[in-house]
Amino acid sequence: MGMGSFLILKYSERAVDMNKCVNLMDVSPGQRALVKGIELKGSMRRRLLDIGLIENTEIECLGRSPCGDPSAYLIRGAVIAIRSEECRRIRVCAR
Amino acid sequence: MGLTHNSVGIGAVDSGLVLNKKSPLDKVVALAGNPNVGKSTVFNGLTGLNQHTGNWPGKTVASAQGACEYRGENYVMVDIPGTYSLMAHSAEEEVARNFICFGKPDAVVVVCDATCLERNLNLVLQTIEISPRVVVCVNLMDEAKRKNIKIDLPLLSKRLGVPVVGTTARKKKSLQALLKVLSETIADEKRQEAFKVRYCGEIEAAISSLEECVSEKCGGRLNARWLSLKLLDADESLLREISAFLGEEFLRDRELSEKIEAAKARLAESGIADTDALKDSMVSSIVKSAESICAGAVVYENRLYADKDRRLDSILTGRRFGYPVMIALLALVFYITITGANYPSQLIADGLFKVQELLTELFARVGAPDWLHGALVLGVYRVLAWVVSVMLPPMAIFFPLFTLLEDSGYLPRIAYNLDKPFKRCNACGKQALCMCMGFGCNAAGVIGARIIDSPRERLLAILTNNFVPCNGRFPTLIAILTMFFIGSAGGAFSSVLSALMLTAVIVLGVATTFAVTKALSKTLLKGLPSSYTLELPPYRRPQIGKVIVRSIFDRTLFVLGRAVVVAAPAGLIIWLMANITAGGSSLLAHCASFLDPFARLMGLDGVILIAFILGFPANEIVMPIIIMAYIAGGTIQDSGSIWQMKELFVENGWTRITAVSTMLFSLNHWPCSTTLLTIKKETGSWKWTGLAALISTAVGVAMCIVFTALARMLS
Repeated sequence: MGMGSFLILKYSERAVDMNKCVNLMDVSPGQRALVKGIELKGSMRRRLLDIGLIENTEIECLGRSPCGDPSAYLIRGAVIAIRSEECRRIRVCAR
Repeated sequence: MGLTHNSVGIGAVDSGLVLNKKSPLDKVVALAGNPNVGKSTVFNGLTGLNQHTGNWPGKTVASAQGACEYRGENYVMVDIPGTYSLMAHSAEEEVARNFICFGKPDAVVVVCDATCLERNLNLVLQTIEISPRVVVCVNLMDEAKRKNIKIDLPLLSKRLGVPVVGTTARKKKSLQALLKVLSETIADEKRQEAFKVRYCGEIEAAISSLEECVSEKCGGRLNARWLSLKLLDADESLLREISAFLGEEFLRDRELSEKIEAAKARLAESGIADTDALKDSMVSSIVKSAESICAGAVVYENRLYADKDRRLDSILTGRRFGYPVMIALLALVFYITITGANYPSQLIADGLFKVQELLTELFARVGAPDWLHGALVLGVYRVLAWVVSVMLPPMAIFFPLFTLLEDSGYLPRIAYNLDKPFKRCNACGKQALCMCMGFGCNAAGVIGARIIDSPRERLLAILTNNFVPCNGRFPTLIAILTMFFIGSAGGAFSSVLSALMLTAVIVLGVATTFAVTKALSKTLLKGLPSSYTLELPPYRRPQIGKVIVRSIFDRTLFVLGRAVVVAAPAGLIIWLMANITAGGSSLLAHCASFLDPFARLMGLDGVILIAFILGFPANEIVMPIIIMAYIAGGTIQDSGSIWQMKELFVENGWTRITAVSTMLFSLNHWPCSTTLLTIKKETGSWKWTGLAALISTAVGVAMCIVFTALARMLS
């Protein structure tokens, strides 16, 4: 993890450095972004909404599992791990 | 007559929850809440029961109930599984929703996590929509205080329109306030106006177009506003329950159906075309309401409140240290278990075998016949003594250590670390949690598989749980390792060595789990990994004293009790088999020699195989049975010493090959009867139960045969 974990410790205020929307996998550990849309269907969509992942919710990537997948995110005060397949279908934007 | 299986429709997960009311005046209180907010701790504190607690989401998979008394009033508390929402997308969420909606509890206590209150309000707001009497219990106030999170409880109560109580469930005293408010809420008829979530204009219009008609048709048995909303949403499982609760004619009602269709059409015109869009909009409104309720009432004074957790996570789940720490922790647990168990084991053995001598003397003095002394003392008592002295000390140390890990919040991190390997096997990372539970008891691991939502992945977890050795098999493994691979050198180093070897055995078990999971998901249980979210809870300092007491009394003694119950008749059988002769040799010798050729192929002998067969009801008795059988047929006198035990084994032809094969077979053979019955209960099918037994046995037999053949070839 190296640099990534350093950034977590420092609680970086650095936001996603892009103007256009990207997916959640593009948010590196230590970065924050705003959720813009969830392109998932069914129960996974429900579950993400239930934990409060609605439009304009702030999400921060905290780190990745030792194998690089899944990643842990801070969502409304809780730490939730989400697999890369699902992350790619969550659109986010710079804060 | 309270609730029955049918009226609550809980059958999907529970084998029927029947409330035990002592009198019809007893009040039923449901304990709801997000996963891992300390619901079970609140439940235990209120009822004095010892429902298993632990710091990981999904731990309570079935409803539990207990009684509690406050100022002359009796309450039946029902601990329902944790859920994020009542929109039900998994079996346990359905249980929770059905109980709150149709179980008609007198009140619902929604337990919330003070450190993460805003998210918890999602469930609170949904519960308030359904239930007229709700009490919000903001738990873990001590943790919030430590993290400098300020919560204005009176303001929250004012905004929500329901009573809000702060508690620290670990400290029982704080629960008195909850009981007081609860009794007031149940008794008090003049309630405040509860907060109503305002949905977007279109949905509100649709609700009001239905509400009157719904109210009339359901006759006040359910909240009309909520029911209108749910009829628009048309969730199938919920419609089934509604129909069962209100009667089939309710949903078939012409006037109502027409109104629903009309409302849906209007919604579609305004852009809310399907139930997905409807649900999205509903959830957004709820989350935004939660946001505005918390604004100013919950203040995070320190942005870095979770800094310590982040730092720990960066080590425990980091790329560099994640896996090494996992293995090191496992080895450490074993090291403490092995070192700690040595001395008491010897002490207990010495004591119990002294008692045996006394018993023998006593039998001789009263002139009891030889066969009675043999059957009771040399049969029943001796095997019990072995079970207690070999099994009790490692268990009494391992269980508390394991509980400490469980309470600290480390287990979900294991699931997080192992998710990718499990995904490669087309399985779910939460299977790692079941695997960890399996270390304690495989039956518990099988029940724990309920936390996995996908039925296919849940079956994978159930069928492979037996590949991690349960607590009943650890002592066998430890004893064999100590006798045959460590030597009598003693000292700290030998304990380290056996801990490392045991860790290697466990890693082999985990590797087998992965291999079999993968093989199954390529053949019988084909499918792609499903998506899921895993919550990583905050780390918590376990209450060490309490954990030790609890795990010894709740788990260790329970498991030991079961082993003793099984060991007594097994001891008798072995003694009888060893002493009833037919055709010049004992029954035991006959059976052993019958099984011997096959057992030899696996590197075992007939006696070992008999011991595993007799150990079917409880793995704990395998070792004692082997010892008993050898003693019955040999000359060595029994004493507690492990080195005399080794002598006995070597005299009966044990080599290192036998030792390894026995360990392999202990790791992989049929699950014990309790586990198999649990699998039957969980899968509802004898086919899967049989398969579970077949797979583990086949793997074990194959491993033993291959290992023995290779080892004999090389030596």
